[in-house]
Amino acid sequence: MSPHDGPGHDHEHDHGPHPYQPDIEDSGYTERMVMAQAVEELLIEKGIITADEMRAQVELMDSREPALGAKVVARAWADPAFKQRLLEDVNKAAAEMDIDTGHIPIRAVENTPDVHNVIVCTLCSCYPRLLIGLPPDWYKSRAYRSRTVREPRVVLAEFGTEIADDVEVRVHDSTADLRYMVLPMRPAGTDDWDEDRLAELVNRDSMIGVSLASEPK
Amino acid sequence: MTIRRHHDMGGLDAGTVEPVEHDYAIWEKRVDAIVKLMSTEDRPYLSTDELRRGIEELGPGVYDELNYYERWISSATNLMLEKGVFSVKELGRKMADVESRWQAAGAKPQ
Amino acid sequence: MSAARFQSGDTVAVSAAYPPGHVRTPYFIRGKSGVVDSIAGAYPNPEELAYGRDGMPALPLYRVRFKQTDVWPDYAGPANDTVVIDLYEPWLEPTS
Repeated sequence: MSPHDGPGHDHEHDHGPHPYQPDIEDSGYTERMVMAQAVEELLIEKGIITADEMRAQVELMDSREPALGAKVVARAWADPAFKQRLLEDVNKAAAEMDIDTGHIPIRAVENTPDVHNVIVCTLCSCYPRLLIGLPPDWYKSRAYRSRTVREPRVVLAEFGTEIADDVEVRVHDSTADLRYMVLPMRPAGTDDWDEDRLAELVNRDSMIGVSLASEPK
Repeated sequence: MTIRRHHDMGGLDAGTVEPVEHDYAIWEKRVDAIVKLMSTEDRPYLSTDELRRGIEELGPGVYDELNYYERWISSATNLMLEKGVFSVKELGRKMADVESRWQAAGAKPQ
Repeated sequence: MSAARFQSGDTVAVSAAYPPGHVRTPYFIRGKSGVVDSIAGAYPNPEELAYGRDGMPALPLYRVRFKQTDVWPDYAGPANDTVVIDLYEPWLEPTS
């Protein structure tokens, strides 16, 4: 039994030296899936990477999920000094909370009563993955990548988000070396809430900017 | 002459954003892991911009036909071939080997 | 890196250039004018990195803010909407 078995982890039953891949056996494989498996095996056989490194890397990405970003946002809501540091450098601020977001710089853009921010990558699909995990499919879709820079309010409405006309909608096209996340506005009626409770209001889409933070129930 | 490349789609007409998502499959996570492991300081085989360039050069047809991680492994594999990490022959032999193993285990092509 | 040529608040125009290779300046913003919001640091040139070179010297990278109504003449939203794009210095020109 591998120590990594269990909920939230990929099961890798022992079929000789090669991992069993239930997704492929269940739904059929494509040429690129074969290519991926072949490349991995070649790199391991040549000693360029190890199976342990592969496992660790997959586990690292599995550990990156919107809840991590939510914790950071909740801290920023609760602690103005932390918020200031977050707005200067997300990687450094996250490190204070023992969240290692790697070497690609992540910046936060703050929603205010006057500005609503939304993130897109028109050229590929850049995303603050080491903080909030891999992007949803729609973020990578042609429709989102094409239209968000040109008719952001229409796209936001498709997500059920209406922004008043006197609020500036500011689209960030993350084309280069930085990744962006939105620091959503703290919902009203949460003044006496602690960070754990606040974090539950921070959904993934609010950190992309297509939604607002959830309203307290 | 104004060249607009296929991946550079900001502002074009496109349909409604369908809020689709899926849990990443194991093979997708492994492609992600291969690329990350091959672009570290001590294994500088793939840079982000090389990978992006390779994806852009897949061309309009293939770009849209393949899904996200299929594009990634295509680009990464081409770059590793260019850099001599493995040879075309090794790759071909290994792919045939993988496919026959999977078929023996009951898997079928999509 | 060389000293940054532009400062926050400067008005800049994006080159109306259309080279065939790997670039990180979106098509839709070429030829448009905006205002430097901030300098995001200096990074190796992606147009060199993409072809296996080291991309040095590093290039200043700017966060440039554009009014949507300047980018899209038929923009349907309010006039104060904006788009912010990260652009490398060689793509920017001063405006008179």
